[in-house]
Amino acid sequence: MGILEVKGVNKRFGGLQALGDVNLSVQENTCHAIIGPNGAGKSTLLNVLVGKLIPDSGSVMFDGNSVLGRKPHEINQMGISRVFQTPEIFGDLTVIENVMIPCFAKRDGAFRMHAYETVAAEKDIREKAEAILEDVNMLDKLNMHAASMSRGDKRRLEMAMCLVQEPRLLLLDEPTAGMARADTEATIQLLKDIRVKRGLTMAIIEHDMNVVFSLAERITVLAQGTPLVEDTPDNIKGHPKVREAYLGEAQV
Amino acid sequence: MDAILLQILNGLDKGSAYALIALGLTLIFGTLGVVNFAHGALFMIGAFCAVTMQRLFSLSYEVVDETQTDFLGNPLKVQVPYVEGWFGEGAGTTLIDWSVPLAIIATIPVMMLIGWAMERGLIKHFYKRPHADQILVTFGLAIVLQEFIRYFFGANPIQTPAPSDYQGTVQLTQAIAYPVWRLIYFFFSAFVIAGVFAFLQFTTFGMVVRAGMADRETVGLLGIDIDKRFTLMFGIAAAVAGLAGVMYTPILSPNYHMGMDFLVLSFVVVVVGGMGSLPGAVAAGFLLGILQSFASMNEVKSLIPGIDQVIIYLVAIVILLTRPRGLMGRKGVMED
Amino acid sequence: MFGLSQKDTKFLLIVVALTLLTPILLNPFPSESGLAQFNAGYPALMQRFAIYGLMAIGFNILFGLTGYLSFGHAAFLGVGSYAAVWMFKLLSMNVLPAIILATIVSGLFALVIGYISLRRSGIYFSILTLAFAEMSYRLAYSVFTPITNGETGLQLTLSDPRILDSAPEGGSLPVPTLFGLDMNASWTANVGPWDFTFNIGYYFCAVIAILGFYLSLRIFRSPFGMMLRAIKSNQTRMSYTGLNSRPYTLAAFVISGMYAGLAGGLLAAMDPLAGAERMQWTASGEVVLMTIMGGVGTLMGPVIGAGFIKYAENIFSKINESVLHGWFGWLPDGLEDIVVWFFARFVGEGWHLTLGLMFMIVVIALPGGLVEGGQRIARWVRRKSGRETAADETTKPAE
Repeated sequence: MGILEVKGVNKRFGGLQALGDVNLSVQENTCHAIIGPNGAGKSTLLNVLVGKLIPDSGSVMFDGNSVLGRKPHEINQMGISRVFQTPEIFGDLTVIENVMIPCFAKRDGAFRMHAYETVAAEKDIREKAEAILEDVNMLDKLNMHAASMSRGDKRRLEMAMCLVQEPRLLLLDEPTAGMARADTEATIQLLKDIRVKRGLTMAIIEHDMNVVFSLAERITVLAQGTPLVEDTPDNIKGHPKVREAYLGEAQV
Repeated sequence: MDAILLQILNGLDKGSAYALIALGLTLIFGTLGVVNFAHGALFMIGAFCAVTMQRLFSLSYEVVDETQTDFLGNPLKVQVPYVEGWFGEGAGTTLIDWSVPLAIIATIPVMMLIGWAMERGLIKHFYKRPHADQILVTFGLAIVLQEFIRYFFGANPIQTPAPSDYQGTVQLTQAIAYPVWRLIYFFFSAFVIAGVFAFLQFTTFGMVVRAGMADRETVGLLGIDIDKRFTLMFGIAAAVAGLAGVMYTPILSPNYHMGMDFLVLSFVVVVVGGMGSLPGAVAAGFLLGILQSFASMNEVKSLIPGIDQVIIYLVAIVILLTRPRGLMGRKGVMED
Repeated sequence: MFGLSQKDTKFLLIVVALTLLTPILLNPFPSESGLAQFNAGYPALMQRFAIYGLMAIGFNILFGLTGYLSFGHAAFLGVGSYAAVWMFKLLSMNVLPAIILATIVSGLFALVIGYISLRRSGIYFSILTLAFAEMSYRLAYSVFTPITNGETGLQLTLSDPRILDSAPEGGSLPVPTLFGLDMNASWTANVGPWDFTFNIGYYFCAVIAILGFYLSLRIFRSPFGMMLRAIKSNQTRMSYTGLNSRPYTLAAFVISGMYAGLAGGLLAAMDPLAGAERMQWTASGEVVLMTIMGGVGTLMGPVIGAGFIKYAENIFSKINESVLHGWFGWLPDGLEDIVVWFFARFVGEGWHLTLGLMFMIVVIALPGGLVEGGQRIARWVRRKSGRETAADETTKPAE
């Protein structure tokens, strides 16, 4: 029994079957990659997991509780965090504020009327935020405006914001998309380090096979909204069906 | 039956004005993505074009009329409008009498020029800024335009009558006598609306604009200079608002704050119709005008007191909450 | 001190000092001098500074922090006024119950309107608030006449019950008091050629405004305030961080509505009548103008904006052509006429034009309002005097 159990999920957009009978099981403390050609339904699946889309049928259980019909913030409070393809951060705020906000969310829940306390008095929160920023090597940028940073820094900041919540499942949507080689390597290393240090369950959507094979322990291949195979990286590499799915796309 | 027909007719003139203003607002929003709070001011300026026309035609010189004397026995000085002097008395009087409809001819170029100047001088710098900034700067502009008009024309409403032949009523059925000018206003608006739609539908220019409204980026990628065309659209939208104002003057004597009064209502109309939908704006304009006139029926008012005052806002709130994209709007317009 | 950082404490103390010294600071010209007409240190105007400053502070909590632009806040001001006048009519001329009820009633009103309006964002939110405010305004004129007294406005009468007060003496209407201190009581100090008027009503408003300012300072520095700024910045990230934006924005909306209601209550406490025109959407627009003009999202900006607009409304509007002729009399005749004609367009009745133009300039070029303008000038002066250090460059405007 995995921490995340997706069973028989279907989703149609008009005439298009975006997800067809998807089953997926993510085990605790593993990194599970979901790969597949463009339009295979990876993003749709991710959006179902975080509550942005509601599937037509099927069930999504997280740690024994259904996530279907819950709002994104409720699902996050259950322990699922998400890193976006283009970093979603609080651009008008400083880096340290960006990281303190998830700390408050973790401690105080979805809403608390702490209007009369001061941020400056929240020493614990600040320490926690600084600790995670140290992990991602951003201690020198504490008071920078988040919007003014480079894309790579924004990505690292977003990861810090997710990690500081100590999520039970971290969803990554192409975390290295558009990154330079060196940045990609750094991101892989960062994720590896954090897994060693904090122990983390991850589900990752990625095009870059290099990233997938250096991180994932299980791989699910989606094609046209349906899981083709699920196996270990070694077995996936030479799998004929996978080659067919990717090569088929390449020949079009 | 007559009662219902009467209310529909009564709603038509306001509805026509709403529809015309909302049409212009939507053109600007749909093409340029700008929320224009100064659009009511354009309506007002249109109305004052009619006032200006009337004043120009009435400009007079003094002549001494030997045939008449005042009470002291001196020859009477008479004001003779220049137009009478130039074209003869009959033609001159007709010109003055017809100053409102004639103002249309002047309004179109004047309003297009104002619209062009507004777009080039101010609005174009706000395409990339948040909608709140657009609202604020055009709100400021509306105040400025309003104050200019007040400076030149004073604070009081100015009577601008329709041509005397069209001031009476027309017997539509046995029970219903309807003011002629309102009927004219309705047909005039229908004509302008049809004109705008035909323009968008049947000209290449209109096709590009419609494509741009649907997907600005793609059309931009085709190498078509969208911006230049959109500037012209701003001029057209301004002209439509101006025409709505000119012809409305016999129904409501223009005053400097009529723009602000109509602005709020037309925004409500746009939202009810659906941001960015031209047919929605027109339909919602007439719908709300007619609803408002039904709500002012005594039978309705005695049933729900005060409903005539708030019906439009109530409809807007209900629509916004249940169907945020309005009656005919596309999904996702201006939603986060 | 007061749970604030040292810098904020200093800032607060400066604001307190300025507020308390307002009657002196705003009367810099001797009463007999030609410039006396620029003196703003008379009670009615100073009260307005404090009251509208308070309202703008509250509006800024909503608009400045969350970015939700409400065009309906005048409705809360109006409701607050009505509630306060009713308190004067029914209970007592003491201002405390009146402003407390004004705050509570407008808070409840804001809760209802906010709960509905905040289901939408962006321009849809603006239009919803606008629609609610216009509805309130029109209903106050029509259906609610028994409560609002329609076009005449709600006023005190001699036959009001006022159950806590004794019957008024001498058949004149009673005035609002604070435990015996009449709100309209003033004391004038003559210092040489200067006259300074110290008014009870102003000081009452000033104390409330300072409390309101202090509270807003706390909110700005609180985790709650940080959440509100986060909402303005990125709602998507907000919800994927496990935070529910709705109650945060609703709380901000209600708080700012209560500020407006309190301001409305104070207006009634200074002059016990309430009319529906206070609720019109253009009145809401005025608060927006104040906040933007002074500097949206800054602590002091809204107060400065409110002061500026009220000053313009009351002082600029009194300057007429003959005054201008007096100023420019030293110019050659023809030139004098031109100059006077030009400036006359922007003063007197034309002050609205000045306001509109300045507002446009602020929106176009000075997103931080007058506060940012002041900072830019200060920076420029510093650079000119060559004392600029690297530290100044990186110092971000805190206020």
